[in-house]
This record gives sequence, C-alpha cells and structure tokens, in this order.
Amino acid sequence: MAALDLDVATLKPVETGGFDFGMTARNEQIAAAAGGRPMPQPMSTGTTICGMVYDGGIVLGADTRATAGSEVADKNCEKIHYLAPNIYCCGAGTAADTEKTTELIASQLELLRLSTGTQSRVVAAVTLLKRMLFKYQGHIGAALVLGGVDCTGPGLYQIYPHGSTSKLPYVTMGSGSLAAMSVFETEYKDGMDEAGAVALVKNAIRAGIFNDLGSGSNVDVTIIRAGGASEVIRGYETPNDTAPLRAAYARPKALIPPAAATAVLSTVVSVSDADAMEL
Amino acid sequence: MSILQHNGAAIVCMAGKNCVAIASDTRFGLSQQTVSCDFQKVFKQSDRLFVGLAGLATDVQTLRNTLKFKREPALALYELREERVMKPEAFAALLSHMLYEKRFGPYFVEPVVAGLKDDGSPFLCGMDLIGAPVYTDDYVVSGTCTPNLNGMCESMWRPDMGPDELFETISQCLLASVDRDALSGWGATVHVLTPQGVTSKQLKGRMD
Repeated sequence: MAALDLDVATLKPVETGGFDFGMTARNEQIAAAAGGRPMPQPMSTGTTICGMVYDGGIVLGADTRATAGSEVADKNCEKIHYLAPNIYCCGAGTAADTEKTTELIASQLELLRLSTGTQSRVVAAVTLLKRMLFKYQGHIGAALVLGGVDCTGPGLYQIYPHGSTSKLPYVTMGSGSLAAMSVFETEYKDGMDEAGAVALVKNAIRAGIFNDLGSGSNVDVTIIRAGGASEVIRGYETPNDTAPLRAAYARPKALIPPAAATAVLSTVVSVSDADAMEL
Repeated sequence: MSILQHNGAAIVCMAGKNCVAIASDTRFGLSQQTVSCDFQKVFKQSDRLFVGLAGLATDVQTLRNTLKFKREPALALYELREERVMKPEAFAALLSHMLYEKRFGPYFVEPVVAGLKDDGSPFLCGMDLIGAPVYTDDYVVSGTCTPNLNGMCESMWRPDMGPDELFETISQCLLASVDRDALSGWGATVHVLTPQGVTSKQLKGRMD
C-alpha cells in the first residue's frame, strides 16, 4: 500500500487540490434507487461559437444563451473567456466545465508568463488545454474555439472534449455550429479586413441565434489584433433586446402590487452591525 | 422525478435600488408527502449576504454546515488577514469552487446568492449543481418551479424598486408560483437586505 501523505501537525491527509470523488459512490446508489428516472444534469451552453483568421489577427464570436434542459437559464451569459492578454477562448458544452477549465489554464499561463518573462504562445495554451481534456477522457465536457496572436502570427484552433485539436482558418462549435458554418462556407475568403471579418462572424452567430434552439439572445465579439490590443465587445449586437418594447407600453396596474398586499404573519428586523456602531 | 425534485423548493432573489430580497418556501416533503412546513432553505452569511439552497434536503444541510463549520473559521481568518469582510462576489466564487470540486460526485443542490456590494448596490448570482455561475442584475430563481418563478418575475420585476415595493413584488411572485407547484409552498419566508439592516418576514400562504 502506498504511504499516505499526512500533515504531521493535524494527522490529516494533505489536501492536494483537484477533484473530490468522495460522494460518487453515494450518488451511484441514489441513481440506482432512482431506477430509470433521470439524474440531475448540469447547465449546458447549447451554443453557437465561432472564430476566424483575418488580415490583422483573429475575430471570435459567441451567442449568450445558457440552457438547463429546455429552459433558458441565462439570457446574457459570457462565453468568450480570457486566457491571456493575447489569447481568448470561446466555450461550448457543460457550462461549469468551460468556465473552470479556462480559468485554470488562464492561471497556469499567467504563472508561466511570470516565470519566463515572455508573452504566452497560442500553442502553449492549446497544449495545456488538450492535455488536461485528454487526461479526463471526455468527462470534462468542454468544446472550445481558441484564438490568439503571438510572435509566430495568428493561430485559431478548435478543441474537442476528448482533447483532439485542429488548426483552421475558420471554425465553429456547439449546437449551432452547422448554422454558423453554412455562413462561413458561403462567405469566407482568405485575407479579409477587420470590418469584413467582424461582419462575417456576426452573421455566423446570428445564423445560430435564429436557427438553433440552443442558441439565442446577443452576439458577443472579441477582436485580437496582431501587434495591438485585444478588444472585448459584450453585446456587439442585441437583436433580441426586449427593453425598448417594455419601455414603450404602460405597465398594467395589476402587475404592480399595492402596499400591504401580502399577508404577513411575523416580522423580525435586525439592524446592521456597522450601522449600530455608528449610532 | 429527479432527485433534485425529491424534497421540493422554490427560491427567488430580486434586485431593487440599493436593496436586495431573497425569498423561499418552507415545505420539506418526501415526493408527494409533506413532512414539515418550517424547513429552512435560506441562510444568513452576514448582514449583507444570504445564500439560498434548493435541492436534496440532506445536501442542503450538509452544504450549509460545511459553510458554517469549515468555512466560517476560514472566513474569520480571511477577515483578519485582509482586514475586510468577504465581498459577495468572492463568496459566490468560493461556493462555485466548492461545488466544482465535487464535479464527478456533486451535491444535488442549486444555490442562489443574494447580497449587497460595498457601494450598497445589489449582487445576485445563481448556480447549477456543479457551480456554473449565472450573474444577473434583475432576478434569479431556483427549485422545483423555476418555470413558474421565471414567468412571474419576467412580468412583475421592474427596475429601481424600493425595499417596500421589492418586498410586495417578490412575495407575490413567490406565492403565485408555488400555488401552481405541488412540491413547494406551505408557507414562505422573505428577507429584504438594505445597507441599514435586514427585515425578515414570514408570509401567510395557502397550506394545500
């Protein structure tokens, strides 16, 4: 038996981070007791994400809908994640997996930059991600579009949950990937300018928003320029904004409950500590 | 029925102008059988921070105890070291990481976090059972009647409500929603947080 790594002071196992599998056995028992009934599923980003290489760098695009089953869980979520100042990554699949995986790799890249004193390379980010995803054999459900610019020029990759990658001039991922790819296959040309590239990415995401049920709401765009600053544009286009409609009509009185409409059984008021000290 | 629906719950948080409210039902059931109507699902973390836990009751209480007994000493040390209280944003990140640590054997709990930021503006955050955060600036819901709650909030919520308006709105949203859900209801609790303090109310609701 391997020696257990113990903290001498507390005689408890040293916490090393990583996943805790402590409750998997219990959860399997619950699943068995539930018979064929479905087990809870995590929130997924049934998504349209895409990216393309243009003349002066990379443009990434994403929709902003997150779903839990057929219910829209978030109407304006952020799917273009920061990895490094010159590298961003769109995530599709299990929401928590894309969020936490990109957070982890972003922190590893930051440490790598601090120890080497150089700009992060796009291949380094891709390699860290694919090694992690391959290690977990697809159980971490992150499908990614990664784009960045480094000293070797622009690089655009797609990364599948099992860890396979491909380097391409234009890529789409998520449930709306077919809708978005149909736009790229029709319109894409090598060496487009920035305005043309942003318009094409926007149209590809719009194809997903309006034709794929798992995608919706707004278009987010991130531009990574060669030899320039990256630009993150949240809500680049908001074709489904309801605010103007709601502002345009008077709210029915029935939707504004009058004072004391709710029957209350008991009330407890506690004054904030900070304020109590000021009195 | 999924294990998340076994005990039943309805929790909703709403933002107002320099105030925030969190409301929950109080039923504890075993599928269709109601066992208790004073089950706590919303927990105070500080004067400016509440967390609501919907889902499997055993995990609700385990997670609450973990926050209380494992994290409270850690929070106390954090406050001594940093010389400030933990912000709601940081607490939501902490909870999200606690859930994601158990990615492959999760607690069957969907939390919501309601708090006031340093400037007194509202902070709202929901999560799925493995900690994928949803940040909103209007309202966030969790439990067994989220379609009902989403529908009510979508039509009743309006920007810049004061604490009294906010109380009436969140209460009516919750009461109307649980009337159309067999698994939640049987009483309700509402907390309204302002920079001055917290007002907690027990509501009179249908007991059927």
